[in-house]
Amino acid sequence: MALLEVNDLKTYFHTRSGVTRAVDGVSFSVERGETLGIVGESGSGKSVTGYSIMGLVPQPPGRIESGSAVFDGVDLLRCSPAQVRAIRGKRVSMIFQDPMTSLNPYLRVSTQLIEPLLIHEKISRMEALARALEMLEAVGIHDAAGRIHGYPHEFSGGMRQRVMIATALITRPALLIADEPTTALDVTVQAQILELIRTMQRELGMAVLFITHDLAVVAGLCTRVQVMYAGRIVESADTRTLFYAPKHPYTRALQASIPATQAKGADLRTIPGMPPDPSRPLAGCAFAPRCESAIASCSAGTVELAPIGPGHLQACARVQRGEI
Amino acid sequence: MPDNILELRDVKTHFTVRSGLLRRREVGAVKAVDGVTLSLARGEVLGLVGESGCGKSTLARTILSLIPISAGTVVLNGRNLSQASSEEIAASRRDLQMVFQDPYASLNPRMSVFAALSEPLRVHGLCPPNETPERVARLLETVGLPTNAMRKYPHEFSGGQRQRIAIARALAVGPKVIVADEPVSALDVSIQAQILNLLSQLRRDMGLSLIFIAHDLSVVKHVSDRIAVMYLGRIVELGAAAEVIDTPAHPYTRALVSAIPRPDPDSERTRQRIVLAGDPPSPMNPPAGCAFHPRCAFAVPQCQAAVPALEPFRGREVACIRVSEI
Repeated sequence: MALLEVNDLKTYFHTRSGVTRAVDGVSFSVERGETLGIVGESGSGKSVTGYSIMGLVPQPPGRIESGSAVFDGVDLLRCSPAQVRAIRGKRVSMIFQDPMTSLNPYLRVSTQLIEPLLIHEKISRMEALARALEMLEAVGIHDAAGRIHGYPHEFSGGMRQRVMIATALITRPALLIADEPTTALDVTVQAQILELIRTMQRELGMAVLFITHDLAVVAGLCTRVQVMYAGRIVESADTRTLFYAPKHPYTRALQASIPATQAKGADLRTIPGMPPDPSRPLAGCAFAPRCESAIASCSAGTVELAPIGPGHLQACARVQRGEI
Repeated sequence: MPDNILELRDVKTHFTVRSGLLRRREVGAVKAVDGVTLSLARGEVLGLVGESGCGKSTLARTILSLIPISAGTVVLNGRNLSQASSEEIAASRRDLQMVFQDPYASLNPRMSVFAALSEPLRVHGLCPPNETPERVARLLETVGLPTNAMRKYPHEFSGGQRQRIAIARALAVGPKVIVADEPVSALDVSIQAQILNLLSQLRRDMGLSLIFIAHDLSVVKHVSDRIAVMYLGRIVELGAAAEVIDTPAHPYTRALVSAIPRPDPDSERTRQRIVLAGDPPSPMNPPAGCAFHPRCAFAVPQCQAAVPALEPFRGREVACIRVSEI
């Protein structure tokens, strides 16, 4: 059985200006030890998917309308708060984009590092500190012993991201949800952090759910990738298939708009228009208004994710019918 | 008419760091830009890359005289801006404009698009009031927005559209040079491509020269003719865009290029990556000699002796004493 199984997850936000369907029926699973990438542009619902699994969606205005997220036999969306607390921060951890806002500036790094241990394990403060020091060294902080009692502002951006990773991994979780952990960092530091996530994953044998807008980052890191658009998964495949034989028009257009894939100086392929407003859901395929292969029938009916090859799912009706 | 529309000679921008009661005691200087010599030809796109803190944005602001220059000269179209009066600097803005990274912060939320675009026309006296609406409409068309956009306010637009408005505002005075500081970094990939295409189209149609600053090397390679790589306030490599990215010479450029993730799983899995240790050093207290030597895999003791000069090497310029050996 998969480590995490998400089924028909719907997370809506009920605001004064209407209902925003941030995540609108998402199903996927994460196997033990694998790295699954979720790629999408802003507003595609990729982060809210992660937040929903972690129980971090502010309710209200958010509401989990339906679905389940079964982690190792426990439905995280329906179990008691006590059950969630026993899993969250212990067996499922999350790291965020901006380590300046996710670390508490008033608390010493050591306090933040040992907090999950003191909560989840029967361990003395001294032992916890020893584990924290070990972890800090493992994530590559030089002079960890001298810096462990420092405050977050005394660390650089890349170092803070390392501290956050240490805090998330100190309980040796089975699943790490990483929400754009390298977006705020320089490329050289990004390369260090990605390498660190890879190493820690190997050592702990954990699964990683890697949320990003950057297709290039996914290429070297993930075993499988799924692409989200307007709250739904439009394509899901192993990494090689997704990059070398993408089927859904959105995935193809997204790939073609990356400068690295285009001849220098040539005009880049663009996706006309803008992503749809998630508070005004469209009938049919949400990508249809921007899709160059769209026909009249694309804007009607329902769109289902269907298999097109082994382990390869995609949601374009025209591809499913073999028309494109 | 000089060949180069813009020339920078040994430009330095230092910020004094003060400490103590009333901050009267000078304790040092941050050498954000420390001796940059560059030229920009007419119609050329020059890419400027480097990590955060390398001084690329400070250099951009120094060129625009938004930050006072500490030493050196900025010559725009034959006129020296570093000794110019404030009136002359104001006049120079007709030729030199800037587009900023964050289109949410660079447009005044209380000014309609018409007000934002007509202000530069009015300030520079470029257009009689009765013709202004027509001019604004044409500007909006140039950047690919409908003319009825002029009655709206910035919050009614998406990030990509706002960046188009910011570009239209820069174009209003008919500049010869635009300095674009990370103009697409805040945008989604699909929108980013639209703005990059717009910039290259404007360059073709209007003969604009561009200084394009970005941290995303694949974007810079795509739009630039030449690329300058900055590290800690200095240029370490300067050359044709494709050459600098495809066959980087300076050890820092090599590391930077190798750190770019590629949207290609097979090459990602097989290639060797140079992972730089540590963070860039503080520009307040740079290492002696070559500022990159503490992180450089090829460093030898002589690297600490003197700051290497930018010297010709295989059709480009590189600031590394060991470049021919490594």
